[in-house]
Amino acid sequence: MSTNAWFQSPDDAAKRLDAVGYLTDIPTATTAYLTGALEKPLLLEGPAGVGKTELAKAVARATGAELIRLQCYEGLDEARALYEWNYKKQLLRIQATDTSQDWEQTHDDIFTDEFLLTRPLLTAIRRSEPTVLLIDEVDKTDVEVEGLLLEILSDFQVTIPELGTVSAVRKPFVILTSNASRELSEAVKRRCLYLHLDYPESKREKEIVLSQVPGVSDRLAGQLVDTIGRLRDLELKKSPSIAESVDWARTLVALQIGKLDDAAITRTLGVVLKHRSDQERAVRELKLGR
Amino acid sequence: MLLDRHIGFVEALRAAGLTVSLAEDIDAARALGHVALDDRETVRAVYAATLCKREGHRPGFDALFDLWFPALVGDGRMGAGIAAGATEGYELATKEGDNELAQEMRDDGPQSLEDFRTELGAALESDDRQRMAELAIFGVGQFGALPGQGPGRSTWSSYTAMKRIRPEDLAFRIMQGLEGQGFGEEEARAVATRRIGTFVGLAEADANRRIAQEKGVEQIQEIVVRPTLDRLDFLSMRRADVEELRRQIYPLARRLATRLTQEHHARRRGPLDFRRTVRASIATGGVPLETHHKPKRPHKTELVVLCDVSGSVANFASFTLLLVFALREQFGKVRAFTFVDDVTEVTDQFVPGGDLVDIMTGLVEQSAHTARFGRTNYGRAFTRFLEKYPDALGPKTSFLVLGDARSNYSDLKLDALKTIVEGTRKQWWLNPEVRRNWDTGDSVATRYNDVVPMVECRNLTQLSEFVHDIL
Repeated sequence: MSTNAWFQSPDDAAKRLDAVGYLTDIPTATTAYLTGALEKPLLLEGPAGVGKTELAKAVARATGAELIRLQCYEGLDEARALYEWNYKKQLLRIQATDTSQDWEQTHDDIFTDEFLLTRPLLTAIRRSEPTVLLIDEVDKTDVEVEGLLLEILSDFQVTIPELGTVSAVRKPFVILTSNASRELSEAVKRRCLYLHLDYPESKREKEIVLSQVPGVSDRLAGQLVDTIGRLRDLELKKSPSIAESVDWARTLVALQIGKLDDAAITRTLGVVLKHRSDQERAVRELKLGR
Repeated sequence: MLLDRHIGFVEALRAAGLTVSLAEDIDAARALGHVALDDRETVRAVYAATLCKREGHRPGFDALFDLWFPALVGDGRMGAGIAAGATEGYELATKEGDNELAQEMRDDGPQSLEDFRTELGAALESDDRQRMAELAIFGVGQFGALPGQGPGRSTWSSYTAMKRIRPEDLAFRIMQGLEGQGFGEEEARAVATRRIGTFVGLAEADANRRIAQEKGVEQIQEIVVRPTLDRLDFLSMRRADVEELRRQIYPLARRLATRLTQEHHARRRGPLDFRRTVRASIATGGVPLETHHKPKRPHKTELVVLCDVSGSVANFASFTLLLVFALREQFGKVRAFTFVDDVTEVTDQFVPGGDLVDIMTGLVEQSAHTARFGRTNYGRAFTRFLEKYPDALGPKTSFLVLGDARSNYSDLKLDALKTIVEGTRKQWWLNPEVRRNWDTGDSVATRYNDVVPMVECRNLTQLSEFVHDIL
């Protein structure tokens, strides 16, 4: 296969992601492989704390690529995402030139690479080494930024009026994550592969806990995952995420609790449930005598 | 052959309401070339990644995928060796005439039914999905066959199969097992019900698969795919849908709130703040590269909601109320009233950060006071509202009525409603009925519409659009 093959096959993807501590299932492994093979961006959606960002990091670790991260937030604009001219330096340059030099010359001088501040998106496509580009929480941005992303997502190029079009030296492995707080536009979705990450099955979650938390016993992990599963079945405001199960396991190990009985659950419930009403509901439904 | 399947599948998805563009179609085909086709779950993952880009569409996608790419055809090898558990080799080929063979060999007497139920009980108790799926296939084949016209033209019904198998009778056994593991009674019941539901769902899917194989996929796909949750009518919801919808309230409210803040921020730029702009320009040698603006003051609506909570409309009303209260930070003040033929205030049920289930229970209890004769009477409700809570209305308040405007042929009391309208700033009426049903039977939609503008609000999409627009 060509040099830009990230993974050889879905199985290869699963194995290598496993090796760096990210346990996958069939859809995740297959989609990760396809993202590399088709060189298309991957849009990850799902509730908070199911390992969306973690997947991007794992891909970077597994393939030895560098991770470039663009954290999206409201009010993000192209100056922060793409590139910006270094105005202050340009002003200095103009003031420093003597009057004999004509404007044409100065104009060409100040719009060069020297005065360009590259931001994550431009950096990612100008790199010649393998790169994983993570565009995190893309739903937090304004709709205009999506338009900006379109050119990069479909052609891997950026057009800078003064310099011309910059094409990718080597196509990066692009991962976009979203909490679905806003529906992304059709145009973005069409250009991406899509994967919805959800809470894992109890068996896989147990493996995750065991691999992430050293010192947790098999039995404790089993009890913990069962309890988490029961909590997720309740009508809660915020169901516990994988990240929170792992935190819980760490807490229990740190407190040297070897068995998850009612008293232990009651003492440490704050690690997994972060709304007062959720805690009350859990205590009532799980019949924890408080 | 494979290409035909692919195109047929894509067209079926489009017919089911998924927007699959040509580009995505080609992507999917290209992606299939990159993977080995012998594993069905991989193929499913490939199609899901390339074609299904909305989580809400996923159930429909899965149902269609199961139809177009069935895990097995015919009875598979399940027919005989159930008790021995000889079910390895899941990817079984068809055998011509398998059906007739199965018909002849069919052993659906009481003894085999009893054996089957024992097996099923064990599978349900240990929550063994693989085994449950196998048993669903076997059960439909064995107990759900209906004789059709002509040889080999039999058809299947999961309903018939379930009537005979009666999986719900196994609930007690599962519950006992669960209680042994330390589950509480109520929780055990919930888990047992869910497992049985899973099994019934599997059986339905299998019956569909068999019918599709017999009569062609096109015959059945329309009935298999239900509308997605956000397009489902409030009035035609099943119990499970209502529960699922309740789970959606907080995510939905959060989505709406985010969208609103973003839009408010986009319009936030008030008048130019001259002082800050000049000060900032000093950094760039007096050139004002960036302008600064004074913030705008946000305007907040005070809302009074009056809900019909009788019979079928109750779902819609309580759901809308929950949504409004989940968004309470966006409003200045919210007061809620429910009525059937008398009015009562329920605002105090909505404790900030309160538990959803508690709120619902409290709401039902409080609303019990609203029925005197138990028949909806809009006219009376408006009059009583004016008598009991005149302080709720004011020049700043917006007034929202939820109900189907079916007033059992009673006096409409349009003057009372007009008085309310005059006392408030803005008014809306949300009607969960389809517009073409307005004014049929005892509906007086148009007459009330003349006083208070009425909006059709049948599903989640329309509701969230409405809530977004009034804010």
